[in-house]
Amino acid sequence: MRAFFILLAFLVAAAGCQTTPEDQAAASASVEDRTKPGAGKPGAQAQPVERPKIAAVDVTSGRKDPASALKDPANILSKRSIYYELDKFDVRDEYRGLVEAHAKYLRENPKTRVLIQGNTDERGSREYNVGLGQRRSDGVKRMLILLGAREDQIESVSLGEEKPQSEGHSETAWSKNRRSDILYSGEF
Amino acid sequence: MRLLFGLVFLVAASQTPAQLSIEITGPGVQRTPIAIVPFAGEAAVGTSLTAIVRADLERSGLFRGLEVPPLSPAPTENTPVSYGEWRSRLADALVLGSVGKHADGRFEVRFRVYDIVKQAPLGAIAYLFTQDNARAAAHRIADFVYEKLTGEKGVFSTQIAYVVKRGSTYELQIADADGERAQYLLRSNEPIISPVWSPEGRRIAYVSFESKKPIVYVHHLSENKRQVVASFKGSNSAPAWSPDGKTIAVVLSVEGGSQIYLLNADGSGPRRRISNSNSIDTEPRYSTDGKLLYFTSDRGGSPQIYRMGATGGEPQRVTFRGSYNVSPRPSPDGRVLAYVTREAGKFQVALLDLANQQVQVITDSDRDESPSFAPNGRMILLATVRGGRGVLSAVSSDGRIRQNLPYSGGDVREPAWGPFNE
Repeated sequence: MRAFFILLAFLVAAAGCQTTPEDQAAASASVEDRTKPGAGKPGAQAQPVERPKIAAVDVTSGRKDPASALKDPANILSKRSIYYELDKFDVRDEYRGLVEAHAKYLRENPKTRVLIQGNTDERGSREYNVGLGQRRSDGVKRMLILLGAREDQIESVSLGEEKPQSEGHSETAWSKNRRSDILYSGEF
Repeated sequence: MRLLFGLVFLVAASQTPAQLSIEITGPGVQRTPIAIVPFAGEAAVGTSLTAIVRADLERSGLFRGLEVPPLSPAPTENTPVSYGEWRSRLADALVLGSVGKHADGRFEVRFRVYDIVKQAPLGAIAYLFTQDNARAAAHRIADFVYEKLTGEKGVFSTQIAYVVKRGSTYELQIADADGERAQYLLRSNEPIISPVWSPEGRRIAYVSFESKKPIVYVHHLSENKRQVVASFKGSNSAPAWSPDGKTIAVVLSVEGGSQIYLLNADGSGPRRRISNSNSIDTEPRYSTDGKLLYFTSDRGGSPQIYRMGATGGEPQRVTFRGSYNVSPRPSPDGRVLAYVTREAGKFQVALLDLANQQVQVITDSDRDESPSFAPNGRMILLATVRGGRGVLSAVSSDGRIRQNLPYSGGDVREPAWGPFNE
C-alpha cells in the first residue's frame, strides 16, 4: 500500500506540468473538511489530511473506443434524458442538441442500436400512462430518424409511470419523471 | 432465456409471510344477525371452520355474527331447532353442523342453514376435505350459507391477484378472497402490471417489464409455466380475455402509437389490428356477452371511454362527464360500467348505468385505480393509497360498504378478482 502511494506521488509530480486550470481549481476545493473540532477525538484538534488530486495522463496513442464517448461526462452523448412539461410530448428546443448528437452517433455507428424508454408521472391510469410514455418515446424516435438515424436502429417503448427517477409526489418529482431515456446496446 | 430466469423467479407454492388483512369501516347497511354455532367435532380439524365462515359473511357487509355461548350438548345439523329460543337470542339466521373424520384421514363437514324469522330450514350439504384444505372448505360453507340467505352466489371461494412492490422487488401474488394463503406466481426486479384472470380461472395474463420494456405473458397456474403472448417491437400491454378464453385483446405500439389488437390466447396465428386512430387506444375490456370491447381513447382530446364491436367497427363514445375517464370495467351482468374518473385532481371510481346513463361516484379517496368486479357483481376491488402506501380496498357496488385491506409488507396495487371457483 505504501509503495502504491509513493508511485502515486511520482505520477502526480510527473503530471504536474499537464495540469489544467480546472484541475487546479478542483484540487484546491477540499472534498471533506476534517479540520473542524469534533471530527477527531473529543477535545483533540485533528490534523487536516490532504490527498492531492491526480491529473491522469493518457499515453495510449491512436483512436479512442467510440463507445466511451457515450459514458464520458464531458460528452453530450452521456446525456440520455429528455424531460417534458405536463401533458407535452414534443422534444423541447433545449434538448435538440442532445438528440442531434445521438442521431449523428447512430449515423456514424450504423451497427449501434438504441432503446428509447418513455416515462410519465404517477398520476392517472397505469395503462393510459403506458400510452402517454409511448407518445414521448415515439417522438424522440421520429426526430432521430429525421436527423438521419435508421428506423431499424431504434426501438421506442414505454415504461409508463412504473420507473420514476424521483419517488416524490410533488411537481418537482413529477417533472423528473416525465422523460424519455436513451439506452444503448449493452445497457438494456 | 438464461438472463430472463436470472431476473425472474417462478414459484408455485411459496407461502408469503405477510398477508392481507381486512378491516371494515363505515356503518354499512342493515346487517342480518346470524348465529353460527361451532360445529360439533370441529376442534379436531385444527382450523376453526365456523370462525372463517363468520368472518367471510361479516366481510360481505350483509351479516353480523352473533356470539354464541358454548352449548351442551353441542348441537349438530340433526338437532331439532327451537326457533323461539334462537329468536330470543336475536338471530335471524342459524347454521348448525358437525365434523367427522374418515378412515382415510379426510374430514367430512355436514351443516344446515335455517331462517329463524320464517321458521324454516333453507338447505343442507356435506363437504369432504383434507386438513390442509380446511380454509377452502370453510369458504365453500360460507358460499352455501350466503347463497341460501341472499339468493345470489357467494365469492368467498374465489381468488384475487395483485402486485406487491417491496423495495425494488415486485411480486405478482394470488390469494384467497379474504387475503389468506397468499403465494407468488412471479417475482421480478422490474415492474409487473395489469394482471387479468382468464374466464375459467386457470390462467393469468399480465404485463412484465423484466426485459426493459412491456411484454405480455400468460401464466398457466396449475402447470406453473408461462408463455410470451405479445413481444412485438415497441410496447405490449393492457391484456384482456375474451369471455370464451380463446382471444386476448392487447395494446401494441408495433405500428406506432398505441392501438388495440387481437391475438389467439395460445400464441398461434397473426395479430389482428382492430383500432385505427392517431390517438392512444388502450385498456380494452370485453363486455360480458363478448360482443363489445370497451376501451380508453384520447381521440377526442381528453381520455374517455368508448366501445366498439369485439372485432372492430366504428367506436361510440360512452363517457361524457369530466375530462378524464379511464379504465373501463363492465359489470358481470353487463348493466353497469365501472371506471376511474378524475375530478378536481382526485381519481375516484364511478359507475355508469348503461341503461339510463346515470353516473354515481362510489369512492371518496383521491388516488383510486384499477377497479375489479367480484364475479357476483356485489363488490368492487380497487387499489388506493393510504398513509402514503398502496393498499387494496373493496367497495360494495352500491357504494355503501367499504373495506380496507391493509398489507404490512409493501405497496399493493393492480388487483384483479378471479372468476367463480367451479
